[in-house]
Amino acid sequence: MNIINIEHIAKVYQVGSEEVHALRDVTLKINQNEYVAIMGPSGSGKSTLMNMLGCLDTPTSGIYDFKNVSVSEMTDNELARIRNKEIGFVFQTFNLLARSDAVHNVELPLIYAGVTSSERKERARQALIDVGLGDRMHHKPNELSGGQRQRVAIARALVTNPAIILADEPTGNLDSKTGEEIMALFHEIHERGNTIILVTHEEYIAEHALRIIRLKDGLIEKDETVEKRYIPKAKASFV
Amino acid sequence: MFAIFFELNEGLSIAWRAIKANKIRAALTMLGIFIGITAVVLMSTAIKGIENSIQSGVSTLGSDNLYIDKFAWFSNQEFWKMRNRENITMEDFKKFKELAKLPDVVVPLLYSRQTIKYGNRKIDDGVLNGSNSDFLTTTNFDFELGRFYSEIESNGSRNVVVIGNEIASKLFPRGDALDKVVKIGAVNYKIIGVLARMESLFNSPDNQIYLPIGTIFKNFASRNRGTVTIVVKARNPQMVEDTKIEAEGVMRKVRGLSHKEENDFSVNQQEALTSFFDNITIVIKIAGLFITGLSLFVGAIGIMNIMFVSVKERTKEIGLRKAIGATRRTILIQFLLESSVICIIGGLFGLIAAILLSLMLNQFFPTSIQYDVVILAIFISLLTGIFAGLAPAYTAAKMDPVEALRFE
Ligand SMILES: Nc1ncnc2c1ncn2[C@@H]1O[C@H](COP(=O)(O)OP(=O)(O)O)[C@@H](O)[C@H]1O
Ligand SMILES: [Mg+2]
Repeated sequence: MNIINIEHIAKVYQVGSEEVHALRDVTLKINQNEYVAIMGPSGSGKSTLMNMLGCLDTPTSGIYDFKNVSVSEMTDNELARIRNKEIGFVFQTFNLLARSDAVHNVELPLIYAGVTSSERKERARQALIDVGLGDRMHHKPNELSGGQRQRVAIARALVTNPAIILADEPTGNLDSKTGEEIMALFHEIHERGNTIILVTHEEYIAEHALRIIRLKDGLIEKDETVEKRYIPKAKASFV
Repeated sequence: MFAIFFELNEGLSIAWRAIKANKIRAALTMLGIFIGITAVVLMSTAIKGIENSIQSGVSTLGSDNLYIDKFAWFSNQEFWKMRNRENITMEDFKKFKELAKLPDVVVPLLYSRQTIKYGNRKIDDGVLNGSNSDFLTTTNFDFELGRFYSEIESNGSRNVVVIGNEIASKLFPRGDALDKVVKIGAVNYKIIGVLARMESLFNSPDNQIYLPIGTIFKNFASRNRGTVTIVVKARNPQMVEDTKIEAEGVMRKVRGLSHKEENDFSVNQQEALTSFFDNITIVIKIAGLFITGLSLFVGAIGIMNIMFVSVKERTKEIGLRKAIGATRRTILIQFLLESSVICIIGGLFGLIAAILLSLMLNQFFPTSIQYDVVILAIFISLLTGIFAGLAPAYTAAKMDPVEALRFE
């Protein structure tokens, strides 16, 4: 089933009198249970594309259909609703609420979905168990390691059962061993049937995916299937 | 309906978390509203207190009394014109009493200022009220000790006095005034009664001395050529107007005025006093409202300032909340609730402080705590919270999520 369909998308930023073409003409389709890595040098438009796919930003021109519904015509509230129900974000800098414990961080999207408090707590706990943090429920971010923080963020992305997980450089702030564990987690999330889109500028991280889209100067340079896929050996999640 | 309740409830709990997360800042913010609410509540209790004491002060005069006097209490008539009027004499009073049919009682009243001494204590400029024994029925006096002077004492112009509570406590701190002999001018008087405390700002009986009018004439005649006030008590409040019309006619006859001549006296009523003081209270209220409103406004600006800082600091958090599904409205409500909660907490502390302060002040100044100030304080706090939070909350709500997430 097709989830994302974008055609001839462009994004232009106006900086002073100058126009910055972050994306020029991008066309791509992503289906359910795909595992896509978006690669490219710094400034090539990866984050811009990711924000677009995540309905955080709207394109300057072009077509974007999410599950066959046009996003370009959506109001702010409708976009917020799509982000809440259909999309799970994972950021490079985790973006956790510093003063809240793991459970509260994970239940956050459920608050905006209108889920009751008791059900929220239950689902947040389950999501934390799923990412291997069953024993860290009430730790605050500063009481967790970088890898554990990213797991909390992943639990937060998973808790709403979104249609896609969008991860922008999720291992960028982690050492290679911890990064590998996080990639093992993504691998298992994908195995369970989720759709994952991952932004990275590191080749070996990208090779965890099934498909790599290479961006350059706001254009798709190459869209290829991964021949020799890297299957992580680390086993650090789903109990 | 449920959705709104849910949103308010969750918004409150998020606001509460945010306040707990930065207690010192929240406390500093609360200070602004604390001071404002303290001022508002204190002012309102003070105004109520002044109102009450004017009320009771005026009501000691009795609402169905008329005071026929040389001067009008409050009028636009020229003072000089009134000053040139003939004094009202005891003869006038006697004629008036004979001719007037409607009044319940008619008594004369003559003021004199004298020094009162007991041992080495003394009160300069004490106000003597000379009348007769019927005077009591025109008042609402209660007695702490003793009684009012009798008809016999009055007719005999005896040297007896009834003193107000304040005078009693000044001259007799131990409360043993009854039957003591005080010196007024050069003559000795026996205290036969002490009034109970009346608590009023205006012309309070607490600071007056009552004695037979004949005694004043007898002892101070040479030094006093004062004008008599004729106090007329109507039979009941409904008859005040008729009694007043009759009194004017009778008085004109007593003074021998022709049709063409103006009144050379004034018929005064408590009402004039009440409306005069009503005007004063309105002025006090407006001034009070302005001053306290200003302090609230300053407090609100402070809160707005801190809320702006708070929004700026939490830009990234706002970006995240938006990314995971918070709508503009949700963010707006969250920050409005945050500033409202801060204001209501600060306001409640302000209310408590104001109540304590007004209880303390009550010893020097009449204040009155009403139950509705509680509702007033909470309502004003809430309004201030919304007012102060609106612009910062709006700034937060309209943030672009991408920009906000990139904020460092
Ligand atoms: N908000 C913005 N305003 C102006 N220019 C921007 C903005 N966001 C991105 N850009 C520009 O768009 C281009 C692509 O940026 P980005 O998508 O962040 O690249 P990447 O994530 O691949 O490093 C860059 O040249 C960047 O400077
Ligand atoms: Mg980027």
